[in-house]
This record gives sequence, C-alpha cells and structure tokens, in this order.
Amino acid sequence: MNDEIRKVIQEHGRLPVDVGTLSEYADLYQAGMTSHASVNVMLALEDSFDVEFPDRMLTRNAFASIAAISAALSELRAEATVP
Amino acid sequence: MSIAIDRDQAFLDSIRRTAKEIAAPNADDVDRNARFPHEAIEALREERALSAFIPTELGGGEVSFEAIAAACFGLGRCCGANAMVFAMHQIQVVTIVRHLEGAAWFEEYLSNVAGEQRLIASVTSEVGTGGDMGRSIAAVSPTDTGACTFEKRAPTVSYGEYADDLFTTLRRAPDAEPGDQVLALTSKGEVMLEPTGTWDPLGMRGTCSPGYVVRAEFPREQVLPTPSAQVSAESMTPVSHILWSHLWLGIATDAFDRARAFVRAAAKQKPGQPPPTALRLSHLMSELSMLRAEVSSALREFTEASEEPGRERLSTMAAQLRFNNLKIAASEQAPRVCQGALGVCGIMGFKNDTPFSVGRHLRDTMSACLMVANERIHQTNASLLLIAKEV
Repeated sequence: MNDEIRKVIQEHGRLPVDVGTLSEYADLYQAGMTSHASVNVMLALEDSFDVEFPDRMLTRNAFASIAAISAALSELRAEATVP
Repeated sequence: MSIAIDRDQAFLDSIRRTAKEIAAPNADDVDRNARFPHEAIEALREERALSAFIPTELGGGEVSFEAIAAACFGLGRCCGANAMVFAMHQIQVVTIVRHLEGAAWFEEYLSNVAGEQRLIASVTSEVGTGGDMGRSIAAVSPTDTGACTFEKRAPTVSYGEYADDLFTTLRRAPDAEPGDQVLALTSKGEVMLEPTGTWDPLGMRGTCSPGYVVRAEFPREQVLPTPSAQVSAESMTPVSHILWSHLWLGIATDAFDRARAFVRAAAKQKPGQPPPTALRLSHLMSELSMLRAEVSSALREFTEASEEPGRERLSTMAAQLRFNNLKIAASEQAPRVCQGALGVCGIMGFKNDTPFSVGRHLRDTMSACLMVANERIHQTNASLLLIAKEV
C-alpha cells in the first residue's frame, strides 16, 4: 500500500524533494507539501484506493505522513469489511 | 458554575461601563484623527480586562470565551477601532492560553500580562506572501550566542507602536519550507520597528496599523512549542473570525439603533402616520438578524467543539470551511446593514455630526472584507470544497 501512496504523493504532492528520499514517518508538510497540494493528494488517494474519507478524517494530521495516510486507509478498509 | 457566571457578569458590566462612558464619547475623535484609543485602552487596563481570559491561577480573570466575544460586541457598538484593538489582543491571549501545553516561559509570560496588563499585537501578514497567512518568508534564525533573530516585512501591524509585545508568525528555521511556521512572542525591548508607510485609511482609523520592518532578537524559549498549523486551525483562525465578527455585529447593531432612533423621531413628529422610513427599517432588521444568527451559531459551534477531547473537530476541513464562511458572510453583511441604516437616515446619516451619523460605521465595517482578503479565503474554500463531504 505504501508504494501506491508514494506514487500518489509523487504525482500530486508537488514536493520540492523526491518522495523516495522521505521516510514513512517524515512530515510531508515540513517537506513542503502545501494545503492546496494536500487536497489534491486526498482526491487522488480516494480515486486510487476507491474510498471516500469521511469529514472526521479530513484533518491535517491524518495526511501528515505516509504512515498516517496508510493508517487512515487501513481504518477505512476495516470499516468497509464490517457487515 | 455560579462563580464562573458571576465572573462573566462582573467582567461584562465593567466592559459596558467603559464602552459607554469612555469609548463612545471618544469614538469620533479617534476616527477623525486616526489616533490610538488611549483612554479606552487605559480604562480596560484599570478594569484588568486585558487579562480577563487568563486563568485565575496565573492572575487573570478566567472569564469564558463567550464573555470575551460579548465584550467585543459591546465595545463594537461604541467604537469599532477600540473594539478591534481589544479583539486582536484577546486573539493572542486566547491562543496562548489554549496552547500552553506546559510551556513554562509562556505560563510566566501570561502572569506578566495579568500583572502588568500588557497589550499584545500580532505580526501575521507579510510582504511577498500574497496574503496567505499559512506561509512565511521571514524565519527564526539562530545567532552565535544561542539566541534567535528575525526580520519581517509586515504590510500592516495594528497598534504596533502602542503594543507592549508582538506575536509573530515565522518559518521555523532559515531552511524550513514556507508553510512550516511557528509563533514567537517578543517584548518591546527586544524589537525594533522601522515604519515603512503612513496610516490614513478609510476606516478602522484608530487601530493605527501602518507597515513596518520588524527586527527582533530574543531567547529561543519565546517560540511557542506547538506548531503554528495546529495553533491556527484549533485557535487562532476560528478565534479571529469569531471575535472580529462579533465586533462587526456590534458596529452594525449601533448603525441599526441609530436608524431606529431616526424613525422613532420622525414618528413622534407626525403622530398617527407611520413614517415611510419605518418600512425600510423593518427590511433592515431582517438583514441584521441574519448577521446575528451567523455570528452566534458560529460561537456556539466553536465552544462545543472546543470542549471535546483533543479538539479534533476543529482540525477538520469541515470546521475550517465553517469558520471561513463566518468571516466571509459577516464581513459582507455588516457593511450592508450599515449602508441600509444610511438609507433610512438619509442626509442625517450621511452628515458626520448628527445623532444619526453612520458614516464611521460604514467605513469601519468596510475594512472587514480586507482583513485577510475574502478572495483569498474563497480560494482556500474552493479547494477544501473538492474534498470535504458535509458542509
């Protein structure tokens, strides 16, 4: 999943650095992701993973690192499998 | 609980007194001469209103946030510029109180604010950022001696010359990205203000807000530990929009009151015949009610979300949209109400020296859409709306 997330960030995050150089826990905002770019990342993640982030998850922190994004996606998938 | 209510009540009584007896009689002079509202700020100091929100254990009054908002409204009814100075000071105080998170220096600082009734101004806007408060150019730079410095070009610093301390947004370090911001508190002795312009604006003239190059040298502990993005989302932005809109509502309410007094005077002159302006006043009342509803519902939503553990709701995009919308709606509606009051009062409202004058009200509220430009906020909202679900 992290590779797919990295691909989305590389394409939509408009980071001044190569996302490959960032650790899973690196702060994407400190790495230069703007608020506007983060919205594009969220949209692209919804598209790639075929999910919709509910409003409670749409916070700055939930998208602050690859690990945080991965946790949010896992949470959504777990919810989706509960009947 | 009753102690808290009593505290709020006593605070609001003192604000009402200061507003009526000191701010109101000086409002025209403050406006005409674009001068700082010294008398009213001194009176607020004497009433210990500058530390009203600070916890009692740090020497403050520990009133509720609702009481601070009500005070902004009450002062706004008497003098818009004085209310704006008070509101901007309270924005800094409320922000620090809500983000102390064990920062020892800031705790001690707040007790100094209470003890000395220090007035805090903010340096948030910056030349070259296109009005985007979420980005900075100026950075906290370490010196050889372990202290910090910065140099920031600010297009406006409200009452900068009269403030005891400045709260400034900066990049975390010289190599930090523009959005990686922190907040630094510096006192007058640590700061050099070099004026870069004059101050002769259309409205809010008493806020005395020319541009400056701000230079400061200060110890590192004066940088608030909580990252600016979190401070901004949870406190600074919603608190600014709520307190500003309360004082804009106050100005609009006074304009409405003047229009109503005008219609009553006309009705008394010709008993039995409703004056034609009475109908316009009724239209105006519905405009004012819409403004009041927006302002009070935003306050309620903010206080409810603040009481939740972790204040997580305030960090959501839905919350950001909500309080951005308050700013846009209130800043457009307040001058509309003032213009409506001018329509009711006619030439008596247009003249600057009648009991029905509303020129100052109209001019003061016209600043509202510029204080963080509405178009800039619309740009942010347009982006957030692509992803937020329930708004």
